[in-house]
Amino acid sequence: MAAAEFDIPEIKDEIEIPKLREGATAHAKSFIAPQAVQDAMGYPHELGEDWKERAIDKMGDLLGKYRSLKVFLDACVHCGACTDKCHYYLGTSDPKNMPVARQDLMRQVYRRYFTTAGKLFPKLVGAKDLTKDILDDWYNYYHQCSECRRCSVFCPYGIDTAEITMAGREILNHVGMGQKYSNEILNKVHRIGNNLGLPGPALEDTLEGLEEDIEADTGVAVKMPIDVKGAEVLLVTPSADFFSEPHVESLIGYAKVFHAAGINWTLSSHASEAGNFGLFNGNYENMRKVALRIRDAALELGVKRIVVGECGHAWRVAYSFWNTLTGIGYGGNDPFSIELQKQLDPTYPQPQHICELTNDLIKSGRIKVDPSLNDDLIVTYHDSCNVARASRMGTEPGGQFTIPRELIQSVVNNFHNMADDTIYESTFCCGGGGGLLTDDLMEVRVKGALPRATALNNVVKEHQVNFMATICAICKAQFTKVLPKYGFDMSMVGGVHQLVSKAIKLD
Amino acid sequence: MIYAGMFYIATLLLVVGLAYKIFDYSRTPAPLKIPTTPAPTTQTGVVYRMAKEVVLFESLFKSNKWIWVFGWLFHFGLLLVLLRHLRYFTEPVWFWVGIIQPFGKYASIMMVVGLLGLLARRYLVDRVRYISTPSDILMLVLLIAIGVTGMLMTFVVHTDIVALKAFFMGLMYLDVQPVPQDPILLIHLALVALLMVIFPISKLLHAPGLFFSPTRNQADNPREHRHVAAWAARLDQKN
Repeated sequence: MAAAEFDIPEIKDEIEIPKLREGATAHAKSFIAPQAVQDAMGYPHELGEDWKERAIDKMGDLLGKYRSLKVFLDACVHCGACTDKCHYYLGTSDPKNMPVARQDLMRQVYRRYFTTAGKLFPKLVGAKDLTKDILDDWYNYYHQCSECRRCSVFCPYGIDTAEITMAGREILNHVGMGQKYSNEILNKVHRIGNNLGLPGPALEDTLEGLEEDIEADTGVAVKMPIDVKGAEVLLVTPSADFFSEPHVESLIGYAKVFHAAGINWTLSSHASEAGNFGLFNGNYENMRKVALRIRDAALELGVKRIVVGECGHAWRVAYSFWNTLTGIGYGGNDPFSIELQKQLDPTYPQPQHICELTNDLIKSGRIKVDPSLNDDLIVTYHDSCNVARASRMGTEPGGQFTIPRELIQSVVNNFHNMADDTIYESTFCCGGGGGLLTDDLMEVRVKGALPRATALNNVVKEHQVNFMATICAICKAQFTKVLPKYGFDMSMVGGVHQLVSKAIKLD
Repeated sequence: MIYAGMFYIATLLLVVGLAYKIFDYSRTPAPLKIPTTPAPTTQTGVVYRMAKEVVLFESLFKSNKWIWVFGWLFHFGLLLVLLRHLRYFTEPVWFWVGIIQPFGKYASIMMVVGLLGLLARRYLVDRVRYISTPSDILMLVLLIAIGVTGMLMTFVVHTDIVALKAFFMGLMYLDVQPVPQDPILLIHLALVALLMVIFPISKLLHAPGLFFSPTRNQADNPREHRHVAAWAARLDQKN
């Protein structure tokens, strides 16, 4: 089914704050999950008689489990600081894409059912009874948020709209309005082990083919081992790395790094996915179930280190949540986490990002690179939202900005940053994160990419940049699809390890 | 007598309401590590980050200079004004409260100017107009009215401040005295009591809320420390 036609926004010299256009993307609605998908997830597939009670009950349940939700729904003063910070608002002009307005879709119901003021004076404080129209608004606008947390940087109370969006999607699932795209992917990962639904034998074939390609290309027999017991490193990477362009170029880069450093590594067919859509849906149990596959694979293979490939939200889940969810990390004193901790090598951070690993290897001289091999490229770097605002690399705050840049600048000679207010903690989401990377949301994706496209256009004009590196599978897929609509060549997007792959010296 | 009862009730509602909210926030778990990064890696760092938020409104400064200017003028004007008011509740008046009297007097201008700026934004900026509810406007009007009635008594028509102090000292020592029958004062006091009652059930909860905001009060150390909420720890035992 083709999505509706829409106009591609024009790139201006600066990122402009648009005037409100009410209902501008009210029609942009992601497909609802069909019965089979919802059944498999244990959710209803249609609104029952009691949907309203179920929704309010679920909201109450979440309010008791998540302090973030409770505090964020109470604390907002409608100051307006966030109103011009969301890339979807900047790209669509729909006021319900302003972070505070997106939160208010839930806050109005919260106030009506859970606060004294909203029960007594609903009109005064903007409290409303839950209706089907409001539920539809939730569905539309909680699927026009990529949970990128840019608003949370600028909110004086740190209100993170992502937390509200996640709660909204969780409630929607519980009343029977799941999103087809995300729930299908969660089904695949639960059943098969990765988001693409790629079974073990197909994966092995793919890896063999890649080994042949590398050998034909370089004359060196670089291996892509899978399910090797006793390997030192387990690499967990987004499954897009096995199949998609330009992702696969980075996978080749990781393999070359391990080869050149002489590190005994393996992939896992059981844990063949670093991505975790349980995060996007705001369901703790689902997120945990997906993450546990990695724990199980690590225990099964007896690895000493766990390294994560280029994927933004995967790194958020790995860095920030794996220790909590699966005990991958340190400092646990319960049997569940000790079982894994005693197996892991304490001289390395667990989990470790592939950029941390490669950067250390280059700095210590264990692998050699020749940046002049990338002299055809003038490179910029897109900070992926989940890496930038929900994780870290290295030992210092901000390592998530410096380490990838250090790594890039060790393998390329020409590098330019985009404008300061569009990178680091202020980075703009690619427009396709958080479960929005689906064709039925193409209009939202294209328009949401406008701020990034504007910043990119400026360094293209000023410095003739011809390559934008990034470390996220979703960013890569989104940009290769969406940037051509703004007149950029799709091949100008790729991974950091795609650059490493070109510059690394193999023996 | 009406005013005495009113203040006892308002104080009770404020204290109990706020205590309940703070208790409710503190008992609700934060199951995941969600600091907005880059974030401090130590608890000391978190205290420093939070102090910058509370004193300088750091995030707001990054976000929007107009809201920051008006917001900061209002809040620090209010702080000085409140500290100045301590002289009605202490005998003898504390040394430093005496020192800040002139500053507190003119801080009321800061406060009201800030509030007027914030109110103007609610009408002039289309995005802020869209998100404003009647209570957002009324809250500002209430604060402006409190500020203006206070300023009238400070700068224009003085009220019987000695009798007023006797009234409040009486309230504190359970020896109720008559409140001076000055209309401006009576309006001022009634509005303050209203504000106290509204505090724990309104967006004024942003004050305690900030301290409980997980994106600001968590240290960034998830690889080094295992962080598990009680309800989530039960899941580990099933494994």
